[in-house]
Amino acid sequence: MIETRGLAKHFKDVRAVDGIDLTVAPGELVALLGPNGAGKSTTLRMLTTLIPPTSGQATVAGFDVVRRQRDVRLRIGYIGQGNGAGHSQRGRDELISQGRAYGMSVRDSRTRAAELIDSLGLAEVADRRVSSLSGGQRRRLDIAMGLIHAPSLLFLDEPSTGLDPQNRANLQEHILALRARHETTIVLTTHYLDEADSMAERVIVIDHGRIIADDSPARLKAEHVGDRIILGFDTESDAAGAAATLDAPRQGRQLHITTDGAPRRVPGILDDLKAAGHPAAEVEVRRPTLDDVFLKLTGRSLREGGAEATRTPELVEV
Amino acid sequence: MTTLITDTRTVFSRELRPTLRDPFTIIFSMVQPLVFLALFTPLLPDDDGTALQWFVPGIIVMSCLFASSMTGSNLLFEIQTGSHERMLVTPLRRPALLIGRALKEIVPMFAQAALIVTVCLPFGFRFNLMGALLGLIILAAFCIGLGALSYTLALASKNQEWLFWTVQQTLIFPLLLLAGVLLPIDNGPGWLRALAKANPLSYVVDAERALFNGDIWSSATLGGLLAAAVVAALGLGVGVRAMRRSD
Repeated sequence: MIETRGLAKHFKDVRAVDGIDLTVAPGELVALLGPNGAGKSTTLRMLTTLIPPTSGQATVAGFDVVRRQRDVRLRIGYIGQGNGAGHSQRGRDELISQGRAYGMSVRDSRTRAAELIDSLGLAEVADRRVSSLSGGQRRRLDIAMGLIHAPSLLFLDEPSTGLDPQNRANLQEHILALRARHETTIVLTTHYLDEADSMAERVIVIDHGRIIADDSPARLKAEHVGDRIILGFDTESDAAGAAATLDAPRQGRQLHITTDGAPRRVPGILDDLKAAGHPAAEVEVRRPTLDDVFLKLTGRSLREGGAEATRTPELVEV
Repeated sequence: MTTLITDTRTVFSRELRPTLRDPFTIIFSMVQPLVFLALFTPLLPDDDGTALQWFVPGIIVMSCLFASSMTGSNLLFEIQTGSHERMLVTPLRRPALLIGRALKEIVPMFAQAALIVTVCLPFGFRFNLMGALLGLIILAAFCIGLGALSYTLALASKNQEWLFWTVQQTLIFPLLLLAGVLLPIDNGPGWLRALAKANPLSYVVDAERALFNGDIWSSATLGGLLAAAVVAALGLGVGVRAMRRSD
């Protein structure tokens, strides 16, 4: 569905996208994850023909994004960061215009608009001015517009930015339902870790315009971070004994063990400690997040605040 | 399948729809030039009773000029909100985006032209229908070019709206005055006449006057046609390029 080689975009001195090789197969749901300014949106804008690459190549839906722009545009849907619907327009009018823009007949556009209005719960607001709609309603209208021509490849740029958690969850549901029903290939950018984690079966981590990791969330976490078992002890001497038994680093009355498949290992560890006479008083299993992965890969956190939120090394270890 | 014409119609009807749903603003703006006409015409020297014959085509050009130079103003907002970006991702042909938006400004002005002409008839204004229609086609071509340039200006003014208004206001009045719309240029000093000669709008205005008066097969018509064609081609060329480069 998508094939890029050395795709790059430079703005004056800034290498916004610095050589990306990417292959996306039909039916995949891929999340591009990275801090603000990492080059996610710029990549998306090149793939959707909005801006020409500085160098490299990209084929989208079978056509070159520079030489065959119209062919690409006919086959993709794009939901940008802003609101697609004009604020002085009415939602239904915009949906019909959008259908016409893709060459659908007036009648088909109307029918399809009505379907989407219904399925996205916009019936009550579709005939009001867009400017009077709430943020969540506008976002659903954007989704409807991106879907009017039932594209087989859909791009979403930060689809849930600015939405409250409830609307975010709704939106994610809609996207997943869409995919289940039509086997749409979906590429979305996000800086919400949980979103990438829960939705995508493939996460591409981008930083400074380059792909630094590309795998399923589970494998990314297993490979780069692993689970962590934290054992607490009543006394320092128990902790010291346990540290010797398990050959694990001790921090005060705590032991930190990094491992794969932690939940399956905990019972055995507890048994071993009991047998050695240093029973644990408490135990906690921490599954890694994608933020841990990003932190491991770049030394920076991806949490709200973006690239600037650099953590100190001490905190990283704990 | 779509063509340049169906694409243009899609863009045009999208642009016009909010206006049609709320027609009050457009009715109000249509009356404005009538006020202008009523207050300005009595000031014109009218020794031989031809002041209206000279002035009415000029006023029609002026309305269209103002309107089409505003093509980019709606766009400024849509660039900010994201709806322009959404249009750019659709397979709509790029010239259709320019022409459709310009026509949305021009077509109401043609309705206005009909109104102006009708109101002036009882005051002795006479015109040639064939000539007037041909005149409006030439005017439309010129205004599509100007509208496309206004669109380009809006793209260039992204995130700095003042730039759009500054450039638009700075250019529109010299363009208007140097075309002899409000006052004749013929008696002006040499430098002013030279500037007027370099102004494409001068040729369009001359052509409108000749055509409304029924002087269809004249060199003025040809001059206006050429000037309008050049401006249209230039505007569309520059506009399409700007859309490709915008980011």
